[in-house]
Amino acid sequence: MSKNDMRTPKAKISYLGSARSGTGDHALQRATALALAPLAIFFIVSVVALAGAEYETARAYLANPLVSILFIALIGVVVIHMRIGVKIIIEDYVHGAMLKHFTLIANSFFSFAIGLACIYAVLKIGFSS
Amino acid sequence: MATPRQVDRPLSPHLQIYRFTITMAMSIIHRITGFGLYLGTMVLAWWLIAAATGPDAYAVFLGVANSWVGKLVLFGFTWALVHHLLSGIRYFFWDEAKAFDIKTADAMSWLAALGGVALTVLVWVAAIVLRGVM
Repeated sequence: MSKNDMRTPKAKISYLGSARSGTGDHALQRATALALAPLAIFFIVSVVALAGAEYETARAYLANPLVSILFIALIGVVVIHMRIGVKIIIEDYVHGAMLKHFTLIANSFFSFAIGLACIYAVLKIGFSS
Repeated sequence: MATPRQVDRPLSPHLQIYRFTITMAMSIIHRITGFGLYLGTMVLAWWLIAAATGPDAYAVFLGVANSWVGKLVLFGFTWALVHHLLSGIRYFFWDEAKAFDIKTADAMSWLAALGGVALTVLVWVAAIVLRGVM
């Protein structure tokens, strides 16, 4: 650490491990889990009903406003839940500042990209039916 | 030159030294199924995008989903989801500092593990039976 180092002590340790911010993630992970329990059951019932269904049947089902809304809710909550889950896995197993930063950012990119793609698809089905 | 004194120091317990417990196994499986579902969201995205794109794209998805590999992946996805869901319920009790005694914790874990397998089979039987009905 040189005398001319202008980085704050916090900047040097941020994202490199525990920064006393874990409880926020924990609380959010449990809250999203609580929301996901009924949404996951809805999802399983939906997929079972649509198993092997033709294009028109699947679209008609997904285009129902209530179904669309529940799917968007499911995807939105899943994105938060899976991003935190994999963030914790990365923090536990990936070592080295650079690799850790990179994988954490990749995790965010992946999670949000999946969310964006799924929500756009559901909206398109809903609005074009 | 003095040779270092041989002392039988106790080893810190590590993975292969710990006795197997169901709660420990379930903790690991919870993480693995969670990560599996993370990757599985790509299948969900593919399904929704295919449905939003058109009949041809949807036919491609159905073709892959109905293949052997596709069915295997979907079966694994179903199990991961059902298992993660049941396994996750336990944490709500533990977060409230309830059900921490070993007997209850073990019973809940076995229930989640076996229930996950049973429900997965049930979901697939339901899907096969209902197929063609809807």
